Amino acid sequence: MQKAERRIDYKKRRSYIEFLYILPFLVLVALFSYFPLYGWIYAFHDYRPPFPITNETFVGFKWFATIVNNPVRLKNVLRVLRNTFAMSGISLFFSWFPMVFAVFLNEIKCKPFRKFVQTVTTLPNFISWVLVFAFAFTLFGTNGAVNSVLQEIGIISKPISFLKSTDHLWFKMWLWLTWKNAGWAAIMYLAAITGIDEQMIEAAKVDGATRMQIIWNITIPSLLPTYFVIVMLNLANFLSNGMEQYYVFQNAFNQDYIEVLDLYVYNMATSGTGMYPLSTAISILKSLVSVVLLFITNTASKLIRGEGFI
Amino acid sequence: MQQKAVLPEVPKKSKIKTSAGDKVISVITYVVYSFFAFVCVYPFYYIIINSISANNLSERGKIIFWPQEIHFKNYTSVFNLPGLWDAARTSVLRTVIGTVLTVMISAFLGYMFTRKTLWHRKLWYRMVTVTMYINAGIIPWFLTMKLLGMTNNFWGYIFPMIIQPFNIVLCKTYVESVPLELQEAAEIDGAGTLTIFFRIMLPVIKPIMATIAVFAAVNQWNAFQDTLLLMSEPKLYTLQFVLFQYINQASALKALVSNSTSSSAMMASLAHAATATSIRMTVTVVVVFPIICVYPFFQRFFTKGIMIGAVKG
Repeated sequence: MQKAERRIDYKKRRSYIEFLYILPFLVLVALFSYFPLYGWIYAFHDYRPPFPITNETFVGFKWFATIVNNPVRLKNVLRVLRNTFAMSGISLFFSWFPMVFAVFLNEIKCKPFRKFVQTVTTLPNFISWVLVFAFAFTLFGTNGAVNSVLQEIGIISKPISFLKSTDHLWFKMWLWLTWKNAGWAAIMYLAAITGIDEQMIEAAKVDGATRMQIIWNITIPSLLPTYFVIVMLNLANFLSNGMEQYYVFQNAFNQDYIEVLDLYVYNMATSGTGMYPLSTAISILKSLVSVVLLFITNTASKLIRGEGFI
Repeated sequence: MQQKAVLPEVPKKSKIKTSAGDKVISVITYVVYSFFAFVCVYPFYYIIINSISANNLSERGKIIFWPQEIHFKNYTSVFNLPGLWDAARTSVLRTVIGTVLTVMISAFLGYMFTRKTLWHRKLWYRMVTVTMYINAGIIPWFLTMKLLGMTNNFWGYIFPMIIQPFNIVLCKTYVESVPLELQEAAEIDGAGTLTIFFRIMLPVIKPIMATIAVFAAVNQWNAFQDTLLLMSEPKLYTLQFVLFQYINQASALKALVSNSTSSSAMMASLAHAATATSIRMTVTVVVVFPIICVYPFFQRFFTKGIMIGAVKG
């Protein structure tokens, strides 16, 4: 009896001690992941940086109301939403690209060449947006390689400032994004391709199927479940394109078209004192919409695939 | 019987039919993928050949296919720029410290969350993993980091980055694949929770730790946004941030160039005198160099990382 009790005691003590081991890390999680949510209260106060928020500074939903009530601001928000929707829309529209990239890469019979292509197209994923911009600046600047080649051949007589022009800006941003990510995104599809049953392909070959027929009727359909998850994730992140890419590529000339929601929030907050509450308010609205989108897409995934991705 | 009669004909037919189509497809794929590979490699090559070519040529965009009048003066002049050593030190320090801590914490928490004896294990595990989907937004995050004293503080690079739920999940899954008998045997021999972790688990889960280390190091080295938001003291700027300033603030860079070269400009030939372009290119090479060096050796870890991620998600 006593022995058993002591054993339970020991077990309990051990489980508490183990909890103590992880406690410091739980505190870190609380401070750096949960505590930032406390920052949302700044959206409900008239906060001017050196002065702390008090009961007197509480203004309720004033800042949320000004988004809609102030015509200039509303116009700006709509402009930024247009840019966000355009960039996310283009990404979504071309989201099949890494899949097709992987399918045809897999068709290459020469293994060293295939490995080489896979290696070098994955490399850009591991450099930062700042470095991507550094490349863009030196290649596409007014005295960069592209301009000097175009002038040499005689296509243009004066250098074009590609980075300042707003022509096809959204599409160019997609191109940079694809340059950085497509090779990496393709790896997942390449893994899925190796999982396809060889016998199925052999059988198709015996039946006289051409390579295009095999790709169209066997390879692509086996990749669709993976593709579906990617599309759902794209939809869930529709409003969050991140700010880093657009921050490094923005300048005075292209700002009207490049400012996406995440960047707008940052630019507004840094544009002057007293702008923190408003940009926090927009952040909150964005987070709420994103959570709703996540739940919708996850439910859709559960209905269609039988399992969610959360 | 009928099949036997038909069979010899079908492959023959398809062979003729496919080989023509196949050849066209083959040629097209080789051409297209060569183009993709070129597009991905050329920017790296372009920057490198420009940083070692004559500066008066690189400034006018004349170096396109191979370097001309090779010299390495740019590298010595770049490291004389004020602030670049500080930035390099900050970048290296945050990468080393951040990576070590991320790996150790991911391994330890991954292991602890498999311990059935841990008090309210499931609750804490959920508390950590849910943060993957929590995002307060940049400004609320910045304001609370300020409250926590993380602005203009080197640890602002470390603390917010070291607990990564995804890595913890990876470690937990890996530990779960290790036979439980290993732990039980050690426990019978009287090993405590920590002894089991350090003596038994750490050696076994090395492969997943290597994968996490590579990703954590790349993340730390490439981080840019946290400097932008948290740091205003030039001493704490990272290489990424300094590079961005060099690209974006042409006037500041010009002043810097004339300052650092005015004394020696008379002696240096036009080909070796630092220009805004040469500095930009050279700093870019300095920042990208570690990634290029590390990448070929760790490619298999990268690939492994996404595979595990794909299986999980």
